[in-house]
Amino acid sequence: MPDTRKFNSVPNIAAPNIAANVAGIQSPNPFWLASAPPTNCGEQIMRAFDAGWGGAVWKTIGEPIVNVSSRYSSIDWNGQRMMGLNNIELISDRPIEVNLREIAQVKKLYPKNAVIASLMVESTREAWHAIVKQSEDAGADGLELNFGCPHGMSERGMGSAVGQVPEYAEMITSWVKEVASTPVLVKLTPNITDIRAVARAAKRGGADGLSAINTINSITGIDLDTFVPRPNVDGASSHGGYCGPAVKPIALNLVQQVMSDPASMLPLSGIGGIGTWRDAAEFLLLGCSSVQVCTAAMHFGYRIVEDMIDGLQNWMSEKGFATIEDFRGLSLPRVNEWKHLNLNYKIVAHIHEDKCIGCDLCYTACWDGAHQCIHLDRVSGPVDGHVEVHSKPPDVVARSRAEITVTPIPKLDHLDRSQRLPNATPLARIPRVDETECVGCNLCSLVCPVEECITMERIDLGLPPQSWEQRTASQATAAVTNVGAD
Amino acid sequence: MQHQAFQPHPEIAQRFEDLHPPFARQAATIEANRCLNCFDAPCTAACPTHIDVPRFIKKISSDNVHGSATTILEANILGASCARVCPVDVLCEGACVMHRLNEEPIQIGRLQRHAMDYFYKSGRKLSLKVSELRPEKIACIGAGPASLACAAELQQHGFQVTVFDRKPLAGGLNTYGVAEYKLRSVDSLREVELVRSLGVNFEVKDFTSQADLEQLEADFKIIFLGVGLGPMRKLNIPGENHPKVVDALEFISSYKTGGRISVGSKVVVIGAGNTAIDAANAAKRLGAEEVHVLYRREERDISAFSFEYENAKRAGIQFHWNTIPVAVHHDDMSLASIECAQVWPSDKDEFRKIPSSSFHLECHLLIPAIGQAGLLEFLSKCRGVELAQERVVVERATGQTANPRYFAGGDCVNGGREVVDAVADGKRAAIGIANVLQHEAAYA
Repeated sequence: MPDTRKFNSVPNIAAPNIAANVAGIQSPNPFWLASAPPTNCGEQIMRAFDAGWGGAVWKTIGEPIVNVSSRYSSIDWNGQRMMGLNNIELISDRPIEVNLREIAQVKKLYPKNAVIASLMVESTREAWHAIVKQSEDAGADGLELNFGCPHGMSERGMGSAVGQVPEYAEMITSWVKEVASTPVLVKLTPNITDIRAVARAAKRGGADGLSAINTINSITGIDLDTFVPRPNVDGASSHGGYCGPAVKPIALNLVQQVMSDPASMLPLSGIGGIGTWRDAAEFLLLGCSSVQVCTAAMHFGYRIVEDMIDGLQNWMSEKGFATIEDFRGLSLPRVNEWKHLNLNYKIVAHIHEDKCIGCDLCYTACWDGAHQCIHLDRVSGPVDGHVEVHSKPPDVVARSRAEITVTPIPKLDHLDRSQRLPNATPLARIPRVDETECVGCNLCSLVCPVEECITMERIDLGLPPQSWEQRTASQATAAVTNVGAD
Repeated sequence: MQHQAFQPHPEIAQRFEDLHPPFARQAATIEANRCLNCFDAPCTAACPTHIDVPRFIKKISSDNVHGSATTILEANILGASCARVCPVDVLCEGACVMHRLNEEPIQIGRLQRHAMDYFYKSGRKLSLKVSELRPEKIACIGAGPASLACAAELQQHGFQVTVFDRKPLAGGLNTYGVAEYKLRSVDSLREVELVRSLGVNFEVKDFTSQADLEQLEADFKIIFLGVGLGPMRKLNIPGENHPKVVDALEFISSYKTGGRISVGSKVVVIGAGNTAIDAANAAKRLGAEEVHVLYRREERDISAFSFEYENAKRAGIQFHWNTIPVAVHHDDMSLASIECAQVWPSDKDEFRKIPSSSFHLECHLLIPAIGQAGLLEFLSKCRGVELAQERVVVERATGQTANPRYFAGGDCVNGGREVVDAVADGKRAAIGIANVLQHEAAYA
C-alpha cells in the first residue's frame, strides 16, 4: 500500500540545522555553486561564500583551453527570460597553477565552506594522479570528476566521451581512487540511454558519491533571418549543454533512477534547474545530500541563496524537520512502476462556479485534448449514453459569430450601470462536467487560469485497491481455474 | 474625378499627440502573452465586427504580426481606425474575463493598433478572395466606414464597386470627424488607399436630383446607401447665424484638414455627447483658455462615454448642467457672450426656464453639438426605400431595404453609432448583396 500520509505542521522547531554532508564533504548548508562560470575564480567564490553559499565546485581545472564567443544562448517563454540556457563554453581557460593557488587562498579564508575541485584531464593514469594530488595539496575538500561535458571536450576524448562509456568511467574513477585521500564524486552525463549504467560503473570504480546531472545536449534555436543556430559564432554554431528551469523535470527523473537503484546508489549532489528552495527541497526529497546551482546564479547573481536558505528553513520548521536527514529521500518510495498503481481509484473534475471566470479553456481543452466530458449547454441531472450533449465547439463558435452586436451607448441603450463588469460570470459561460464521463485526467484543472476553480474530487468506488500487476495475476489465476473446470 | 491628395498641417500633429501611444515591440509581446486565449471569447462576441481577438493576439505573441493584421482585416477592413477610436471599455476590453480575476483587461485596442501599424508600415497589400472578376457592378453612396467596409468585402469577392462621395477626401467621419488625437486624417486615408488597392473605384459626386439617382440605378445592379447623417441640428436662438457659430462637425473637420489651427480664448460648446466632448477637447488643444460645455440635463444623463467625459474633466473643461443657451450676443466681427438660462426638465424633451436664472458667459466661438438630422431630402428620392424616425429601415441581418435593389448601413440606419458598427453594417450588407447576386446568377 502506498503511504498517503501528508506532512502537516508541527509547531515550534526553532532554526533547523541545514548542514550538509555529501560522502564526507561537509558544508554549512546544502547549497553549492555548480562547476561553471560562477565558480571561475577565487574572487568570485569568496563573494559567493559571503552571500551565503555553503560550497562551490570550482570550474573544471585541466589544461587551459581557448573559448569561443558568443557561447550562451537561451529560450524565453511567454515574456520570461531564460527558461532554458545553453552553453558551448569549455573548461577553465586559466592555468592550472593559478586555479590551485586560489583554491588554497579560499580555503584559508573560508575553512568551513566546501571547496570541491572539478577535474578533467586526458585519459591517462599519470595525468589523473598528478591533478588529484595537486588539488588535494591545494586544500580541496573533495574532487568531482567531470565525465559530463557534452560539447567540445568530448571530441577530444574527455568529458561525456568518458561518461558515456561505463568501462572508461570505471577505469578513471579507480585511477583517481588509487591516490585520492578526499571524497571523490563522479558527475554523470544525462546524454546516455540509461544513466544507471555509468552510475554503477562509478560505484564499481570506488567513487564515494555522485553528482547529477550535467547539461543536456541541445540546440536552443535557429535565427530565422540568418538561418544560423544560436549561439552564433562567426556565422556557425555547435550543439551545447542545456540547463536552467526547463531541465528540472528531466534531472529529477534521472536522480530518482540513480537513487532507487541499489547498484548505483551513492551520496548524491543534485543538479538541474534548481533556482529556489522549493526546487532544492524536491531534490533532497529524492535522496540528494546537497544541490548545485548554476543557471539561477547566472541569471540573478549570488544573492538568490539568501531566500534558498531562508525558505528551506521555514519549510522545515513548518514540517517539523530538524535536519536534512529527517526528510532526505522521503519521496523515493512514492515513485513506483506504473504496474503498481491502483486501478480502482477514480477522481473527477469539479468546477467551482463561484470562481469560474468563463474563459472556457477547460471546455475546449477537454473536447480537443482529452475526453469530451465538459459541456457548455446545461442539462438537468445526469443523462446516460456516451455523446450526452449536443453542441460541439465549432457549433458554439458559429452561433456566437452569427449574433448581431452593437456598441452599447448610454443614452440610446439605457445601460444599467450596475450590470457593468466586474460581475458574476453568466451561467451560459460556466462549463459543466459530466461526471459519468469524466476520466479524471486532470487536463482541465491544468489549463484553468484560476486557482482552486477546478478541483479533482475523489469518487469512492467501494472497491479494494488493485494494481495492474495484481489484476493480471488474478486474471491468469482465473483463466487457469476455468481451464481446469472444463 | 479622383480624390485629392492630402497633407496634414504640422502644427495640428504637434498639438494633437496620441491619446493612447503605441506599444513598443517587447511590451506588445508581454501584453499579448497575458491573454488567456478564451474559447468563444467574450471580447470577440462583444465586437460588432466579431474580430477573432484571441487569434490575432496570439499571433502577436508568436511574432506573426502580419498574420495578426490579416486576421483583423479579415473581419474589419478598418481595423486600424477601430483600434484607435473604438470605445474598447464598453466593447472588447469591457468584456474581458480578466475583470473577473480582478486584473486589468488585456489592452486589446493597443494590441490591435500594434498589428495594424506593422501592416501599414510593411506596405503589404491584401489579396482578393476570388480570382475571377464578376460582371455585376455595385455603387456605394458615401465614402464613410459603412461604404468602405461594404466595398472592400464585395470587391474581394470579385464584384466591381464604385464609391461616390461629395467630399474631396474619402473616409467620411474617419477623415473629417474624429478627434485628431484619436485618429489622424492621414491614418484614415491610409485605409482608403487599402480599399482602393483592392480595385474599388472612388468618385467625387453629389447626387442632388432624381435624375442622378435614376441614372445610377441604370448603371449599377445594386446600390448601397452609406450616407451617414445630415447637417447638425440648429439651436433656434437669436444670433446663431453668426460666422463665429460653427457646428461641431464642421469645427472638427476644419482643424483636421488644416483650415483652422487656432480658436479664441473663450469657447462654449452646446451638448454633451461624444462629438461635443471631442470639440471641447480640440478647442482646448487649439489654444482656448476656457472651454464651457452647456447641457440641458444632468450629469448622469450625458450620452458621452464616461471615459470620454473623464478625459474632458482632466483637460479642465467646465460643465454647466441644466443649462441652455438663450441668445448669442455679438457684433459684426466677433462674438461677445452667450446668454444662458437654468432649466427644469418638465417633460421628456421639454424644459422650463427657471425665472431670473439667466447669466452671461463670455465667448469667442460657439460650437453647437446637439446631434444630426437624417438626410431626409436625399433618402426620400431613393425609390421604395422606407424610412422611420429619420432612419432607413433595413433587414438587420442583410442590410436590405424595402427596395431589394437598395441596401443600407451605418449612421443612416442606426441613427449614429460607432465606426465599428458602421463597418459591421457594411460588411453584413456586402454579404447580403453577394448572396442576392449569386442567387440571381444561379437562376439566370
